Amino acid sequence: MTDRPDTQNAKRRLPQINPVWILLAALIVAIIFMNPGFVEPTGYMNFLKRAAPLAILAAGQVYVITSGGFDLSVGSLITLVVVGSSMLTNNDPTATYWVIPVMLGIGLGVGALNGLIVCFLRVPSLIATLGMMITLNGVAFLWSGGAPRGYLPDTFRFFGRELIRDVPLVRFIPISVIVLVVVVGLFAWLMHRTNLGRHVHAIGDNPVAARLAGVAVNRVRVTAFMLSGLSGAIAGILLGGFAGVSTDVGTGYELQAITAAVLGGAQLLGGRGSVPAAVGGALALTAIFTLLNFLGLPQPVRQVVQGLILIAAVALAMHRRKQTGT
Amino acid sequence: MTDPVIEMRGITKTFPGVRALSDVSFDVRPGEVNALVGENGAGKSTLIKILSGVYHADSGAVHVGGEAVHFAHPVESLRAGIAVIYQEFSLLPERTVAQNLFLGREPRTRFGLIDGAKMRAETKEVLALFAAAGRIDPDRTVGELDVATQQVVEIAKAVSTGARVVVMDEPTAALNEAECEELFTTVDTLRDRGVAIIYITHRMREITRLADRVTVLKDGEVAARFDAVPAPDAIVRAMVGRDIEDFYAPPATPEEIGETVLTVRGAGNTVLHDIDLDVRAGEIVGLAGIQGAGRVALAMALFGETPFDHGEVTLNGAAVSFRNPRAAITGGVGLLPGDRKSEGLVLMQSVRDNGMLTSRAFAPLWASDRRNANADTGRMDDLLDHMEIRAASYDQDIRALSGGNQQKAIVARWLSMRPKLLIFIEPTRGIDVNSKAGIYHLMRDLAREGAGILMISSDLPEVIGAADRVLVMQEGRITAEFGHGASEQDIMHAATGEGEVAA
Repeated sequence: MTDRPDTQNAKRRLPQINPVWILLAALIVAIIFMNPGFVEPTGYMNFLKRAAPLAILAAGQVYVITSGGFDLSVGSLITLVVVGSSMLTNNDPTATYWVIPVMLGIGLGVGALNGLIVCFLRVPSLIATLGMMITLNGVAFLWSGGAPRGYLPDTFRFFGRELIRDVPLVRFIPISVIVLVVVVGLFAWLMHRTNLGRHVHAIGDNPVAARLAGVAVNRVRVTAFMLSGLSGAIAGILLGGFAGVSTDVGTGYELQAITAAVLGGAQLLGGRGSVPAAVGGALALTAIFTLLNFLGLPQPVRQVVQGLILIAAVALAMHRRKQTGT
Repeated sequence: MTDPVIEMRGITKTFPGVRALSDVSFDVRPGEVNALVGENGAGKSTLIKILSGVYHADSGAVHVGGEAVHFAHPVESLRAGIAVIYQEFSLLPERTVAQNLFLGREPRTRFGLIDGAKMRAETKEVLALFAAAGRIDPDRTVGELDVATQQVVEIAKAVSTGARVVVMDEPTAALNEAECEELFTTVDTLRDRGVAIIYITHRMREITRLADRVTVLKDGEVAARFDAVPAPDAIVRAMVGRDIEDFYAPPATPEEIGETVLTVRGAGNTVLHDIDLDVRAGEIVGLAGIQGAGRVALAMALFGETPFDHGEVTLNGAAVSFRNPRAAITGGVGLLPGDRKSEGLVLMQSVRDNGMLTSRAFAPLWASDRRNANADTGRMDDLLDHMEIRAASYDQDIRALSGGNQQKAIVARWLSMRPKLLIFIEPTRGIDVNSKAGIYHLMRDLAREGAGILMISSDLPEVIGAADRVLVMQEGRITAEFGHGASEQDIMHAATGEGEVAA
């Protein structure tokens, strides 16, 4: 132990590599082994494109988890965004320009509502967002009258479907990958370089201490839910571009996002979380699904695997925590 | 002289980057109290954890009753008759006293059912050893008991398991004066029964009162061994490696005391009544009283956490009525909570993040975390340096630091805000002598710079030594006021409203 810490040339101990990156690297090697075409731009760009909605969701979810909560409402928020967009655009290509801001607003609004319910009605976030999930599903169903119009204008589907061609080195870049990079960059900056991010950590770590230190706990918590809602709306806009309109487009995404964040080492019940690692978790989860596809395993196996991964990731985190003391 | 029941020889333990213990030898004999003292980080806890099997020594030997042992798990040390009473008790709050005492080894009837009657009878028998026995009903749930009584139950549990060695880790940290006295009696009882006691403490008074021998650890080595209790100065010298002159900072001179910072008139709420209070710039006002007298409630009312519902509060000449801590901080009030872990720290965050918590809370959410109007990372590092915080790096999680260093980080948090009124609740609870002196001098420095300071402490000598004025609270009211240099007896008398006081 030194008398005074040497902070000028920050002697951090060797940065521990987050295991999610090792897992992701191993999975990618396995994919390449099974499908050498993956190293081509069509291989990895399509992979990134497919992973983009989940990665964006995970980047939002990690805010809520780090602040000490869960957001189960994002899956049905995605459905609401897709269904709502098809209703509002009503086959009018020019409507996209106002519908997208409206959808982002709905995402922020749903998040704000979640946050306010948790803060002021004192409903635990697991229950509050579960209620919101059921409610939004119903709203989406009511809005579409149960039979959504299976069409979104091309202007809307631009974000999910289009590519930029003739890019040097990688040949093409899907717009969704650009959206992914921009959103993740923004979310990572907010989480790891601003007061907001520090406070999200602090309120998840010890809300009492944070309040007594003057942190605006409710404002921070609502903001965390709003960012998760925003990520849901963006993911919905991308998914609307990928596929048609249906009332189950978002089903299951909320749990995948939580699994991804936990795989990235986010501490359940709050206090620790990393946006890049959550995105790594989302990529790893997508890579596992890709492998299962290659192996020709049916959909239910995906669910079994995802469930086991969630349990394993938390168990591993608990084990590591025990080993490092407390 | 009897043979030691515990003998640890040449214990060395290294953690990554830190040598926690080097070549430490320690022993304790049946029927004696060996006080283990030292600053935080000196290695006391590590030594106890090795003894109880939580950690394993890199080298050295542990003998229990003359036989070499290698505990792989705390359960094994428990079986060998070593009971450790930690500051956080291991009792189940929802179970009764008797159920706790016999947890995991309940007496059975011949039908294999738990024999409640026998359990209760044996509980009474064990409890009869202690002065508090009359107060403890074996059928009460432990959660209903106060801290002092829970501690008695914890000790009784150790005795009932046939412990030959009882380790007490700062047992008086959460106790008031009268409860301390009762604990001392309990320790005497154990000693008379031939139990060997390892007593970890920072308080000289307890050493003088209880110890038969004293072992001083410093920086992971045995700095001194005393076969009889020496003068407190000798212990302090061994602990810190130097004399502590001016343990308490000198009181304020009349010139240093300035304008009135805080005025409270006729304020109250459900637990506080008729509060009249003045704190002036440059003075330290001590707030004494027994647990539950309303001292913490008063602090939390001033800080807006549990606000007054009537009365007038004036801060720096302006009428204020803080409804939450955030408003109070904006108004220039700061508060160091009494329970560091549950109210003060964000344990998973770094030392620097803990220091900057409040300054960041009053900067825009979207702004950079490295710089704000009250602090930037460089200035915070300077403040942390100034406090002489011992950490491998300020990027380190704060939970790895000792209590004293954690407390200093919270003080740094408030220093960066330059509050007009700073409330300290139990500022030195569970921290070592050297850090204590550091905190007293910091409080005095802050006062000299023009802050008014309100200090709540259950440590009477501390209130008397550090404060310029002492107010005594009782049942939600301020009932007495003393100038600098009041005696413990006077204050205890005012605090309890009784004539007979154990001081």
